Amino acid sequence: MSGKSFILAVVLMVSAGSGLTQAARDYISIVGSSTVYPFATVVAETFGKTSGFKTPKIESTGTGGGFKLFCGGIGVEHPDITNASRAIKKSEVDLCAANGIAEAIEVKIGYDGIAIASSKKTEPLQLSRKDLFLALAKNVPDPKGSEKLVPNPYKTWKDVNSKLPNVAIEVLGPPPTSGTRDAFVELAMEGGCKKFDWIAAIEKKDEKQYKAICQTIREDGAYVEAGENDNLILQKLQANPKALGIFGFNFLDQNIDKVQGSVIDGVAPTFDTIADHSYPISRPLFFYVKKAHVGMIPGIKEYLNEFTSEKAWGDNGYLSDRGLIPLPTAERAKVAQTVKQLIAN
Amino acid sequence: MNKLASSRPKTIDLINASLPKRHLSEKLFRSIGLISIMMGLMFLFMLFYGIVSKGYTAFQQTFIQLEMNFDEQLLDPEGTRHRDALSTVDYSGLVKASLGKMFPDVTDRNEKRLLYSLVSTGATYQLRKMVMDKPALIGQAQQVWVPADDEVDMLIKGHVMRDVPETERRLRDVQISWLDQLEAKEKLVLKFNTAFFTNGDSREPELAGIWGALMGSIYTLIVTLILSFPMGVATAIYLEEFAPKNKWTDLIEVNINNLAAVPSIIFGLLGLAVFINFMSFPRSAPLVGGLVLAFMTLPTIIIASRGALKSVPPSIREAALGVGASAMQTVYFHVLPLAIPGILTGTIIGMARALGETAPLLMIGMVAFIVNIPSNIFDPATVLPVQIFLWADSPERAFVERTSAAIMVLLGFLFIMNALAIILRKKFERRW
Repeated sequence: MSGKSFILAVVLMVSAGSGLTQAARDYISIVGSSTVYPFATVVAETFGKTSGFKTPKIESTGTGGGFKLFCGGIGVEHPDITNASRAIKKSEVDLCAANGIAEAIEVKIGYDGIAIASSKKTEPLQLSRKDLFLALAKNVPDPKGSEKLVPNPYKTWKDVNSKLPNVAIEVLGPPPTSGTRDAFVELAMEGGCKKFDWIAAIEKKDEKQYKAICQTIREDGAYVEAGENDNLILQKLQANPKALGIFGFNFLDQNIDKVQGSVIDGVAPTFDTIADHSYPISRPLFFYVKKAHVGMIPGIKEYLNEFTSEKAWGDNGYLSDRGLIPLPTAERAKVAQTVKQLIAN
Repeated sequence: MNKLASSRPKTIDLINASLPKRHLSEKLFRSIGLISIMMGLMFLFMLFYGIVSKGYTAFQQTFIQLEMNFDEQLLDPEGTRHRDALSTVDYSGLVKASLGKMFPDVTDRNEKRLLYSLVSTGATYQLRKMVMDKPALIGQAQQVWVPADDEVDMLIKGHVMRDVPETERRLRDVQISWLDQLEAKEKLVLKFNTAFFTNGDSREPELAGIWGALMGSIYTLIVTLILSFPMGVATAIYLEEFAPKNKWTDLIEVNINNLAAVPSIIFGLLGLAVFINFMSFPRSAPLVGGLVLAFMTLPTIIIASRGALKSVPPSIREAALGVGASAMQTVYFHVLPLAIPGILTGTIIGMARALGETAPLLMIGMVAFIVNIPSNIFDPATVLPVQIFLWADSPERAFVERTSAAIMVLLGFLFIMNALAIILRKKFERRW
């Protein structure tokens, strides 16, 4: 009856409409890392307000999810740009190639530090990467000194290192799906793990086993997976001053009245120490542009120009206000130059 | 006899003896019920208190009054009043000039940067819009209220304390002294935050609004409603009034009941596979969101509608059939009108659930940063709960209160929808 014709009308409308929208897309579609998301969105918004193009759509899918969508193929239904908190992997390059994406322009945009933060109510901890590895790994070298692994016996920071306070180990951090977790495991845990010569020796023999030793986080409750929501970790730190939280430097920077970063290997996480690489747990951030889409989707070139302009990613640019650590001036100029050349051809 | 009778307790004595115990257990049961209700109410109150106390400040925003001189030399040196020329002028220069005039003793480059950062970048766009809308402003001077930066806003509202050491706040001492001067001259006030209701998303908290997400929610729900309501009601009518009772209809019935309990993310995966990958509908569109949510609400509507149809007394059907109505006429003219209040209630509750849903939308790309207000069901859009999720995850302090304010708006809509369901039921319900 009338209901049926209604459905029919809707179906017709839907099929006609979808044909129209798929024929063209007048906005840039961006996917990828949730770490780059706060920076990319600021650029996108400024770009949308000043350029006359529509504001790009940015989905926060995580780095891996971003590459999967990005490498899905060429055409308006696939994203144009993916943000990444690590460089593209070999397997992802292969996936892209298999789907006809021959060229993806890599743009390094700056650095992000990972802070091991605690509430302002306590003294900042003086940690080393070795302490972090011993406190958080699933299996650690036998404390008695022999070269074998035992399940992590440490309960307090004092057990790990006698100079640390007698406080139970409790670290709130992101789950395995997060790029921040990947970076923490690689830079902090593995960095500390390597300090044991006999484990470092395993790397050459059996890389898989080495990674398993260095990158597996304990599951007995000392490391609490707090979800990808950094604000949640922040709130929990305030409620529990004994706990430590792992999150990106931009969160620390925005909340310096509530939390402080632990000193790692003698260096506190600040803007300057991350920029000059003396703070050990920092990583570069990237985005990747599908070259075939430049010219096909309006505004990509202009978006790239906005992102690589001094007023955005420069030393005093608006991205540094948001906590992105800029590249050194010379490297910035080089990247900007490469981008200009690549999109010009 | 007597002996025997006295040794055997009388029934009434047994009853009397057990009476205190039974009264006690009844009392206990009642008090446990009361306590659990009180606890529920307490948690609800705590939740509301937490949200409202955090969020009510978001409905106000700090504004700074600037003495604007719409200098012709700067805006339109050639005097053409051409739109393209006017749109590309550097309006931030206007703001800077005005601030410079207010604080003439600020000359150091770094101090100037600090001074300019007190005003939101939105001021630039606001001025551009003013001039574009009314080019006659050029050459005139005017007092303009522009939004203050979110750091300023947080300080004025007391979310950032003044008494912490300078290194631990984002505003410098000198900036606070400027703000005090502005406040003393009544050029810095809290006003109603209209931007929160009229803007789309933004990474500048003072410019961020829920209008985009609200429109996204509305478009999504429209798609959901026009798909799930007719289909759900038609299914319910067929199954309840016409379908033969056999193995197949039993199977369908069991499956519908099971579908109602399927986690919503599964529907998101289905939407991703069918609508986006197979039918290549656009990602992030309310169309796909509405389709997915329609799947999710269908079982709710079918079950509620069948319940409503079942509660229509058989005598109505028999009477209609008795005077010669066909089965179809019986259903459409007699049974359905009586069942409609129940059906509507079920539908509205299903819609309210769809309004609050995020998980399935995650899979189809509606969890995204979208500034432009969607204007149809094909535009990229996000929805209210997703907007709340995105703001909750933002590092800027000012998003905390905005998150709570957005929750208040969402709760408001849920209240309205549920109230509507109750009113409809009360107004049209008939009892026999």
